[in-house]
Amino acid sequence: MLLSDIKENQTARIVHVGGNGALRRRILEMGIIKGSEIYVEKYAPLKDPVELIVKGYHVSLRVGEAAQITVDNVK
Amino acid sequence: MNQKRFSIALAGNPNSGKTTIFNNMTGTRQKVGNWPGVTVEKKEGNIKKFGYDLKIIDLPGTYSLTPFTIEEIIARDFVLEERPDVVIDIIDASNLERSLYLATQFREIDCKVLFALNMADVARSRGLKIDDKKLSELLDLPVVFTVGNKNQGIDTLLEKAIELAESSYEIPKKRRVKYSKDIENSISSLKSFLENWTEGSIPYNPRWTAIKLLEDDKIVKKRVLNEAGKNSREILQQAQIHRDFLMDRFDDDPEIVMTDERYGFIAGIIKEVLTTSAKQRIDISRNIDLVLTNRFVGFPIFLFFIWAMFQLTFSLGAYPMEWIDIGVNFVSKSLVHVLPNNLFKDFLLNGVIAGVGSVVIFLPNILILFFCISIFEDTGYMSRAAFLMDKIMHLIGLHGKSFIPMLMGFGCNVPAIMASRTLESEKDRTLTILITPFMSCSAKLPVYIVLAGAFFGARAGSVIFGIYMVGIILSIVTGRLFRSTLLRGADAPFVMELPPYRAPMIKSLLIHMWDRSKIFLKKMGGIILIGSVVVWILSAFPQNISYSLDYNSKISETKASYNAEIETAHESGKKLLAKQRDDAVSELIKAKKTEKAEKSFMGSIGKVLAPVFAPIGIDWRGSIALLTGFVAKEIVVSTMGVLYAADGTEDSAALKNALLSSGMTPLGALAMMVFVLLYMPCLATVAAIRRETGSFKWMIFSVVYSTSLAWIVAFCIYQGGTILAV
Repeated sequence: MLLSDIKENQTARIVHVGGNGALRRRILEMGIIKGSEIYVEKYAPLKDPVELIVKGYHVSLRVGEAAQITVDNVK
Repeated sequence: MNQKRFSIALAGNPNSGKTTIFNNMTGTRQKVGNWPGVTVEKKEGNIKKFGYDLKIIDLPGTYSLTPFTIEEIIARDFVLEERPDVVIDIIDASNLERSLYLATQFREIDCKVLFALNMADVARSRGLKIDDKKLSELLDLPVVFTVGNKNQGIDTLLEKAIELAESSYEIPKKRRVKYSKDIENSISSLKSFLENWTEGSIPYNPRWTAIKLLEDDKIVKKRVLNEAGKNSREILQQAQIHRDFLMDRFDDDPEIVMTDERYGFIAGIIKEVLTTSAKQRIDISRNIDLVLTNRFVGFPIFLFFIWAMFQLTFSLGAYPMEWIDIGVNFVSKSLVHVLPNNLFKDFLLNGVIAGVGSVVIFLPNILILFFCISIFEDTGYMSRAAFLMDKIMHLIGLHGKSFIPMLMGFGCNVPAIMASRTLESEKDRTLTILITPFMSCSAKLPVYIVLAGAFFGARAGSVIFGIYMVGIILSIVTGRLFRSTLLRGADAPFVMELPPYRAPMIKSLLIHMWDRSKIFLKKMGGIILIGSVVVWILSAFPQNISYSLDYNSKISETKASYNAEIETAHESGKKLLAKQRDDAVSELIKAKKTEKAEKSFMGSIGKVLAPVFAPIGIDWRGSIALLTGFVAKEIVVSTMGVLYAADGTEDSAALKNALLSSGMTPLGALAMMVFVLLYMPCLATVAAIRRETGSFKWMIFSVVYSTSLAWIVAFCIYQGGTILAV
C-alpha cells in the first residue's frame, strides 16, 4: 500500500521509500525511513500536500512524493 | 591586554532556536551580510566573554550536511575549510531523534563539537527525559542544556565552548558513528588506501573522505580529483569498486544504506538516553492547527492574515511615509530659499534629495512588512501558509511560500522582492523575483486611473481590473515558461517541517526587522542615488537650450502689462486681472518646461525612441513619460502632465482633457497601460532584483524580458485592435 492511500488519522509502518536521487535521500534524512511508524495527521484543504507525524515531529510531503513510499500495517 | 580569540560556529536544524541563541549571545553587535557569491544570509557577532574575544558565526540552519542545498554546502564548507575553533550544534531537545542526524554528521567530521540541548523546558513538559551524561559519554563530547528564549544555559554553553577550544584536540576514538560490517570493511579498506597514497594531498581526514567517497559525494570527489596528484582518478576508481560491491550486497545505493544505518545508530543512542514518561499532555500546537489549517476555515483565516499584513504595511505605513515626504519637502523648500539659483542647487534638490527621498519613503513599508513576516516565521505560521498554498503555487512550478512575495507585489515590488528571501531554494527564489514585477504595484495605479478615466469613462473600473488580470496571467505563463526552460530542474522537494507554534520574541522580531531595513537603506540607497543623478543629468542637460521663444522676457512682459492694467482697473476687476496674470504666467512657465523637457537629453532620447513606440501607439511624449517612469512609476503621470501641457500637473481632470485632445486613441491608451504594467520595473525594484538574485545577469535579464514582453503585448493589442476596428 502507498502512503498516499492512507487516510487521515491512520498510522502505518514504512516498508520502502522509492523515488530517486536527491529527493529520496532528503526524505530519508528527515527520518522517514524503513521501519518507522508514520501517522497521517491531515491533508491540506486542497488535498495536497499531506501533513505527517514521524519520529515525534510534523512534516509535510506532496501527495506525489508520498506516493513513492510503500507502507504496511495500517491501523 | 592581548586577549585570546576563538571562533565559534553555531549549527543546527531550522527551528531549533539557533537564531534566538545567537541573538542572546551577540545582542545588537551583529554583522549581517551574505556568504560570498550567494544570497544566503551570513550573520556574525564579536563579543568579549570570560576574558576572551569570541567571534560567533551563525551557520545556515540545515537538517543534514549532505551537500544538496546551498545552505548545506555553506555550513559544511565553513566547518571544513574555515575550521572554527568550536562548533556548537544546537539540538531541539524535544525533537532529539531527528536532530541527532545532523549531530552525528558533525561527529564524523574531525572538529571540536559540543551539543546544546535547547528548549529543554519544552522537552521536559512533554515528558521527555534526556540523560545528558550518557549522551556526552556515548558520543564523547560535552552536552549542555539550554533554554534559548529564557536565556538559560547560554553562559555555561560559552564556558564549555571555550574550555573545548582550549583543550588539545584528539580524534575521538570512542563510539563514532558505526556502520554495518560490510560498510565498515569498505571504509577501512578505502581509508588505508588513502593513507598510503603518496601523491598530492588528500584534502580531508581519511576516514571521513572514505565515507564521502562511498556516498558518491560530488564535492569531495572533485576536491580529491584536483588535489591528489595526477593519478587521483585511481582513488575514485577504487571507491567505485567498493560502491559497486556494496550496491550488489545491499541492492541499493550505499548512500541510502548509510543514511538508514545512521538512523539505526541514532536509534541505539535514543534507547539509552531518552526516557518518555507516560504523561499525556494536551498538544496546544496541534489544536491551533486544527483551526489554522482546517479544511474550511484555513483559507479564510490565511487570507485574513495576508489582508491584515497588507493593510498594516500600506495603510499604516502611509502615515510615516507622509511624514517622510513632508520632511523631505521641508528640507528642499528650506534649501530653495537658502541656496543661490544655480546648477548645483538644481542638482541637490532634483537629483540628490529627490533621489534619496524616493528611497527613504519606502522605509516604513519595509519595516512593517518585515515585522509581519518575522511574526509569521517566528511563530511557525509561514510553513502553514506554504502548506495551504502549495497546491495552487505548484501549478506555476513554484513553492507554497512564493505566494507572499507575489501578493506583496500588488503593494510595492521592493519589499515584495525582499520577501522572497523566505524561499529556501535558489531557483524558486529567482523565479519568484522574475515574476513578481508583473503584479501591478500601487504606484502604477495613478497611471491607469488617468488613462482609463480619460478614455474609458464608466468602464474604467473594468478596464483597470482587466489590466491587473493581464499581469497575473502573464506571471503564470512566465512562471511555467521559465520553469520548463531557464530554471528547469526538479521542483524543490516539499519535505517541509511544520514546527510547533511558538510565541515570538520581541527582541528577535526587532533585530530581524532592523537587519532587513539596514540592508535596504545601505545597498539600495547607493544604486538609487546614482540612478536618480543619471536621470537628473539627462533631463537637466543641455543647459543652454535655444528656446523658440524668449520665455523669461515674455514672462516679465506679461507680468508688467497685467500689472499696469491692474493699476488702472477698478477695485472689482483687480482680482480677476491678477488671476488672469497668474494663469498667463504659469502657462508660459509650463510651455517653457515642455520645451525644456523636449530639448533635454531625455527628450532627445524620447524622440529617438519614438519609432520604437510608434507601432504600439505611443508618441514621443508618451515615450519620455515612460522613460522617466524608470525612477518611479508615479512620475509617469507628472511627466505626462508636463509634456501634454495640461493645466497644473496635479489636476488629473485637466490632464485627461489634454490627453483626449492630443490624438491618443482609446486603443493607444490601452496599449500604454499594458506597457506600463509590464515594462521594466522602477529603479528601486531593479536594485532589489540585483541584490536579491545576487547577480547583474538576472537583473539585466529581468529588465530586458519585461520590457520586450511589454512591447510585444502592447503591439498585439494596438495592431490587433486597429485591424479589428477596420
